[in-house]
Order: sequence, then structure tokens, then C-alpha cells
Amino acid sequence: MPSLKDLRNRISSVKATQKITKAMQMVAAAKLRRAQEAAEAARPYSQRMNAVIAKLAANLKGREGVSPFLAGTGREDVHLLVICTAERGLCGGFNANIAKLAASHADRLIREGKTVKMLCVGRKGHEALKRQYGDLMIDDPVDLKQVKRLRFTHAHEIADRLIRMFDAGEFDICTLFYSEFRSVISQKPTALQLIPARFEEEEPQETVETASGAPAAYTYEPDEAEILNDLLPRNVSVQVFRALLENAASEQGARMTAMDNATRNAGEMIGKLTLSYNRQRQAQITKELIEIISGAEAL
Amino acid sequence: MAEALKLELVSPEKELASRLVKQVVVPGTEGEFVAMPGHAPLLSTIKPGVLVISEISGQETRYFVRGGYAEMANDQLIVLAERAIPLKQLDAAEIEKEIRWAEEDLEDARDDEERRKLQERLDFLKQLKQALELGH
Repeated sequence: MPSLKDLRNRISSVKATQKITKAMQMVAAAKLRRAQEAAEAARPYSQRMNAVIAKLAANLKGREGVSPFLAGTGREDVHLLVICTAERGLCGGFNANIAKLAASHADRLIREGKTVKMLCVGRKGHEALKRQYGDLMIDDPVDLKQVKRLRFTHAHEIADRLIRMFDAGEFDICTLFYSEFRSVISQKPTALQLIPARFEEEEPQETVETASGAPAAYTYEPDEAEILNDLLPRNVSVQVFRALLENAASEQGARMTAMDNATRNAGEMIGKLTLSYNRQRQAQITKELIEIISGAEAL
Repeated sequence: MAEALKLELVSPEKELASRLVKQVVVPGTEGEFVAMPGHAPLLSTIKPGVLVISEISGQETRYFVRGGYAEMANDQLIVLAERAIPLKQLDAAEIEKEIRWAEEDLEDARDDEERRKLQERLDFLKQLKQALELGH
């Protein structure tokens, strides 16, 4: 049975923790709003980029000489997994979920006899995966810890590196792992095939547009294939940028939820501890009274 | 024929403009072109340069744009640029200084990776400078 003093100490320590979690929750809420705004501001660009590439790609389908960013290298032996996670912890299952998805992906590919390479963006993913897949990591994690506000140039640097590796033939297929921001309480770990590029949702929308608008006899400057070759590498940057922004919003959302839970748990715990503290105090008073009374009676 | 042209200028970080304008001069890879209402459908990549927007009010707004494409269709011009900076935010002296620094850094660069990055930055700055000189 802990003494009264112990209980007092525990209560004050839990209260201090609660203050911290509460503050973190509030900070996360403020950052979440900004991250969400940034993610939304970036959406038109990536949507339009996707639409144009999908249109060009559909026109050029099956023709010779299509960029390997779209058609692939013709092999699928070497897979590069790019895993985007947060730089900080204390955000519930956010980092663990992405790492788990990437790990299950990697395990499946290894079972199929493919070569797997990994590149981590963000320290946490690297920490979670290095024990098991340390020898697959091609480099130290890309460090974004100093980054206060995510800019396109950050994504561009990562994408640039991927493109150079791809050109050097270091991998055939590149998959990006990140967490899609659904809502504050729901983030979905997602795998997105980056190279060769995949387009699914955009195409139906495209047919509607051409059907309603003028007959789309576009003039292309330079020709279609060249535009496509110019845009595809750019699209890699755009996709990485989008993934990073979604990730940033998800991270803050996850942290907010986690810290909200922690604050609530701390509150519950304070209640329980206070109750047992009061009971014990009362018991002690009763005991002292009995001692005094029985002492008086004995006289 | 419509009177105005709907312009959408989008960079990865945000939508910079979405409004009706009179005409836009676009620095296309194969030469500049003027986008006006009623222009035939066109899809062109852009080269680093200055995008000149003629507003309805008669004023001109200039942007430095780099990397992307312009799509013209149905009296609507969509410009997607990786970098788009309002020209009036740029200062020639500042850029000159940055260029000097970048050049010094380039001389001190230790490995290829660093050199490549700096070279990229230097190229970008030089494009900016060129755009400024042409734009004013």
C-alpha cells in the first residue's frame, strides 16, 4: 500500500504529464490546420498534372519509344521502396503503420525472389525498419528534421535522386509509402507506384471533358512524346511533394488524436489516484481517532 | 468569341492566379506565344522566362516561371509551373549578390553531389537575372 506521500507525488507527476500532453495536442492542432491548408493548396497542381499526363499517355499508348517512366524498363526485378515517415514520435501508430505496410510489401517481394532496396525519408521509419532490413537500406534516411515548412524544393531533391538512380538502372519499379490524410482521426497508410507511373482515376473524367468541350485537336509544341518525356520526371517530384504534404497533415492528425487520448487517460488516472488518496487519508484519520479514544478509555 | 481569357496559374505550393484576363504571353519551349481568347487548343512545355499577363484593367502583371507546361483550350489557359515568382518581388541587386555567393560556393564544393546542387542553383539564379533584364 503506497503511503500518502507517495500518492501525492504520483498525482502531481501525472498532472505534469497531462499538462505536457495537453500542450502537445494543442500544438498539433495548430500545425494540423497549416499542414492541411498546404496539402489542399497543392492539390490543383497535382490533379492537373495528372490529367494532362493521363491524356498524353492515352494518346501515345502502345507506340514505340514511350518514356521508361511510363512504360517501365521491361523488367521488374529490382524494387525500390521509398518510405516516408515522420521525424518525431509520439503520434500514435502513425509511423508504425507505414513501416508495417512497407515491411509486409518488402517481405512479399523477397518471397517472390525480387531484389528489394529501401530508402527512408524521415528518421522514424528508418529506426523502425533498420533492425530487420538494415542491409537493404541504400543510404541514410533523408533528413527533414530542420525543415519548418515543406517546400517543393525538398520534394524535388528527393525526386531528382530517384530519377538519377532510375536512369542509372539501379531499380525497375519504385513504390512510395506514405500516409494518406482522410480526416483528423483516420489516416491510411498507402503504397503508390511512382515509377513507372500509373493512372487510374483520371481517365474517365478525361473522356467527359472532351465529349462536352470542343473537339480537342490540340497543337503540341514540341510533339506529344517530347512533352510527355518532359512532364513525367516532373510528375515524380509532384507526387513526392504530395505524399510529403499528406504525410505532414496525417502526422499532426495522428499526434492530435494520440495526445487527446493521453490527456484523457491522465485525467482518469488523476481521478483514481485522488480517490484512493482521499480514502487513505480518511482511514488514517479514523485510525488516529480510534487510537485517541481507546487511549482515553483505558485511563 | 469570348471577350476574356480565363487564366489559371498554378504552382505546386499554391494556386497563384485564377481570373479573367485580356491576354497572356507565354514563354513556350519553341518560342513565345500570345494566348488570347479564341486561340486554338495548344499544349506546350515552357522554358524559364517571363509570363506577361495583360489584365482587363490594362495593367500588366509579370511572373517568372520555370518548368512546366501551358494548356490552351476553350478560352482557358492553364499554366502549371514548378516555380512561379511575381517579378516585382525580385530585386536585381539581390540576385547579383546571390549569384556571386553561389559561384564562390561552387569553387569550394568538395564532392560531385554538392557541385551538382550548386550548379543547379546557379543556373536558376542566372535564369532569374536574365528574366529580370528582359522583363523591365
